Amino acid sequence: MTDFLQVVVVGLGNGAVYAMLGLGLVVIYRSTGLLNFAQGELAMFSTFIVWTIWNAGVPMWLAVIGGMAGGFLIGTLLHQVAVSPIGDPHEKPLAVVIVTIGLFLALNGAAQLIWGTVDRRLEPLFGLDQVTIGGVAIQWQKIGAGLVLAALVAAFSLLFQKTKVGLAMRAVASNSESAGLCGVPVPRILMLGWGLAAATGTLAGVFTAPQVGLGTNLMQLTLIFGFAAITLGGFDSVAGAVIGGLVVGVLSSVVPQYVSVFERMPLAPALILILAVLLFRPEGLFGSKQVNRV
Amino acid sequence: MSLLEVSGLRAGYGIVEVLFGLDFSVDEGELVVVLGANGAGKTTTLRAISGMIPCEGSITFDGAEVRGKRPDQLLSAGIAHVPQGRGTITALSVQDNLRVGAYQRSGREVDSDMELWLEAFPRLGERRDQQAGSMSGGEQQMLAIARAFMSRPRLLLLDEPSLGLAPLVTREVFDRLREATSETGTAVLLVEQNANLALDFAGRAYVLEAGEIVAAGPAEELQHDETIQKAYLGL
Repeated sequence: MTDFLQVVVVGLGNGAVYAMLGLGLVVIYRSTGLLNFAQGELAMFSTFIVWTIWNAGVPMWLAVIGGMAGGFLIGTLLHQVAVSPIGDPHEKPLAVVIVTIGLFLALNGAAQLIWGTVDRRLEPLFGLDQVTIGGVAIQWQKIGAGLVLAALVAAFSLLFQKTKVGLAMRAVASNSESAGLCGVPVPRILMLGWGLAAATGTLAGVFTAPQVGLGTNLMQLTLIFGFAAITLGGFDSVAGAVIGGLVVGVLSSVVPQYVSVFERMPLAPALILILAVLLFRPEGLFGSKQVNRV
Repeated sequence: MSLLEVSGLRAGYGIVEVLFGLDFSVDEGELVVVLGANGAGKTTTLRAISGMIPCEGSITFDGAEVRGKRPDQLLSAGIAHVPQGRGTITALSVQDNLRVGAYQRSGREVDSDMELWLEAFPRLGERRDQQAGSMSGGEQQMLAIARAFMSRPRLLLLDEPSLGLAPLVTREVFDRLREATSETGTAVLLVEQNANLALDFAGRAYVLEAGEIVAAGPAEELQHDETIQKAYLGL
């Protein structure tokens, strides 16, 4: 039983990180109606910024804030330079998605140029200590991930439900042309979405790096888990990203432990989950079903 | 000087020219209709005015040149546009749609305006938390109009509100619209295929054919001019 709980706790900790990356994906989906394939690489890039600041002797938490700010800037910049000129994502969804895949490659290449191909070590934001509760060891880092995730969720829920900017983001996601006619500055709202998503991704990277080492392929697995999380939770749901992330985390931790087939392919449960959700409940657990009458 | 003055307006899509130099105007508080068959260029005219497509010529609003500005900039100047196909934001509730309509305004007035319009359009008042996409065509059209009024425009561009609606529903939409304009003093530039209904509503009319204005005058005169009726309006 303790063993099982231990595996679940590890899964929850990982799941919190998937949820963070998933939140970034949800933010972009909510304003553009598209998946951003560069989300993981943006997170990787800004995590390297965190490392650079930290490596210069700045306290870790301050470095994280610096990395988030850097991520925000890079996100908005990339949107202005590479995404926005392509045109309205609602009119040319495929072109914009392809551009995000291009950005994936470009960011990865740029990171290799700047920081090289040797993995760097990033200190855990919440240290290496752990507490033992009922025989189950929990690293502070995992508890910290949970707390950071909770704070993010609160912030995004407030943003989307209570603020004008959040309302504008939802409006642009649903019908950008009408939102523009209502006076919403659509390009600026989209740019903001990219910035927020990149800043959120930084946090996911900061929690991933101490576990796997900070290299340019830092977020590639996490991105797949993040996709699985929001597919399960619903592409446009903040709560869905969180629940989805946690479920995917636990599943990917528990299943390989107890089902020997999956031992050597830990990604498979997440992919099977994506398939199953798309088959049986394509809008996800909490996603809004689009109803359109004509 | 008129509120909206358009001269030599040319526009199109790519190499296809749709409008060949239109001249027309709308006065403060005036109700003007542009009539014409499918493909005459009615929608293109409105899209050009509100900056959704590039165009040539001159468009002045309240004395200032506004050609080439973005829709959100024109809205802050006082031009609201209800596009063809209603353009409701289907994923948002009725109330959130109205809030988006007031995006450039702030303060308590926004809430009181919202209550005002939910009252003026009772069908919306009953459905304030309903997702817009799940409402009927007539309700969505009314929502689109109410949302446009939330910006307190001086000029409302209205693109075929009767499209796809049953005659009775169309009546209701126009009744509500007439009340709303007389109460707020908002000028309307309406484009319509339904000539009878539109001429009843408007004070002045233009007839558009193949991208050119072929007739203009007080709505009442056009309504009784047999040659125009036969040639262009199919009445």
